Amino acid sequence: MRSLIDILELNTEEIEELIHKANDIIANPSKYSEKCRGKKLATLFFEPSTRTRLSFEAAMYELGGNVLGFSEAQSSSAAKGESVADTAKMISCYADIVAMRHPKEGAPLVAAMNATIPVINAGDGGHNHPTQTLTDLLTIYREKGRLDNLTVGFCGDLKFGRTVHSLINALSRYKNIKFVLVSPEELKLPGYVKDNLKKSGLEYVQTTDLDAVMPELDILYMTRVQRERFFNEEDYLRLRDTYILRPERLSNAKEDLSILHPLPRVNEISVAIDNDPRACYFKQALNGKFIRMALILKLLEVE
Amino acid sequence: MKIDSIKNGIVIDHITAGKGMRIYNILGLDSLDCSVALIKNVSSSKRGKKDIIKVDAEFDVDTDILGYVDPGATVNIIKNEETVEKKKLELPEKLTNVIACKNPRCITSTEQELPQIFKLTDKEKKIYRCIYCETAAAKE
Repeated sequence: MRSLIDILELNTEEIEELIHKANDIIANPSKYSEKCRGKKLATLFFEPSTRTRLSFEAAMYELGGNVLGFSEAQSSSAAKGESVADTAKMISCYADIVAMRHPKEGAPLVAAMNATIPVINAGDGGHNHPTQTLTDLLTIYREKGRLDNLTVGFCGDLKFGRTVHSLINALSRYKNIKFVLVSPEELKLPGYVKDNLKKSGLEYVQTTDLDAVMPELDILYMTRVQRERFFNEEDYLRLRDTYILRPERLSNAKEDLSILHPLPRVNEISVAIDNDPRACYFKQALNGKFIRMALILKLLEVE
Repeated sequence: MKIDSIKNGIVIDHITAGKGMRIYNILGLDSLDCSVALIKNVSSSKRGKKDIIKVDAEFDVDTDILGYVDPGATVNIIKNEETVEKKKLELPEKLTNVIACKNPRCITSTEQELPQIFKLTDKEKKIYRCIYCETAAAKE
């Protein structure tokens, strides 16, 4: 029985295997429509989420399985003070696999340590979100046909953005990746993520100037500046509007640039870009369902 | 100052000066019935000053905790007034319930019965990280 708490628990061969499985699901959906018949996925969402929860549920339904769970802590026994460990033991009696989102960092690990069924971390506070990283990797692979030899730009909030940290850690295991880190001074990548980058020996540059580096990029990963991270509304508004991606900003970008965003966006990508063939963020949301289907199959050991 | 030598027991030597009391507490020596000596600021040819703890009874020292708090210390096992074993300390790979995570967003902040577990992630820099949230522990 295996869980997925941190993306680095999967080696590169396993990630490749999941990507190939997801591609096969996309190509032959009917082949998979009964694979999880009679199985139940529990979605335990102690914190609100739209994409992640719905994509997990859609993934399980498309595999022929069923879904049970809750979408906010108030409608669960957590509101009565039940521990994560007890919740995990209890849900092991009712479901075959769990996807858990929790505001506290490490809660899904506690669940995995106590459950007798696989636990998938669907986001724990600002810490890990491995299925988002799998979604990002599948999207990059589908757009570029590879996960190596790429110049990948990250733009926006690189300090608090958990999706950025996980994707950097995951991509650090591939050859010839160059990272271009674009952020305001206040939202630079934390030291420990940079330490990991240095250890991997990959090249990276830090800059505040998105326009200057745009022509180099194969991938541009935009992020949202999160209001809840700021004490001061003025700082939030100033930093939020630093890198709004408008069509004119793409004038010197590569023709085959892929623009990714974990969503939800606020205003950092203008809707005028949505119809640009380089905009991949809605495809990315769709890919999220397919990679979760592949992951559920893997963790349930369904061939 | 003279303290009698011990017959059967342990001597924790080369303790960084000033850490003796913390080690006394963390090893739970206050609960022992035998003679225990904590000697502070003993002259040391190598380090100028050091602390020493002598326990006059056989006692199983938790070398993991000691290795974390003061890796430069040594543990000598005494039998019939002779040193029969010198234990060198190493940084333990894992610490359970020795230090607590200070991250207010960590699950251990709300579920206080969870064991506080830290793993050594960087031996050179002596960095321990909480297994739940990966926050680095403050340095000893």
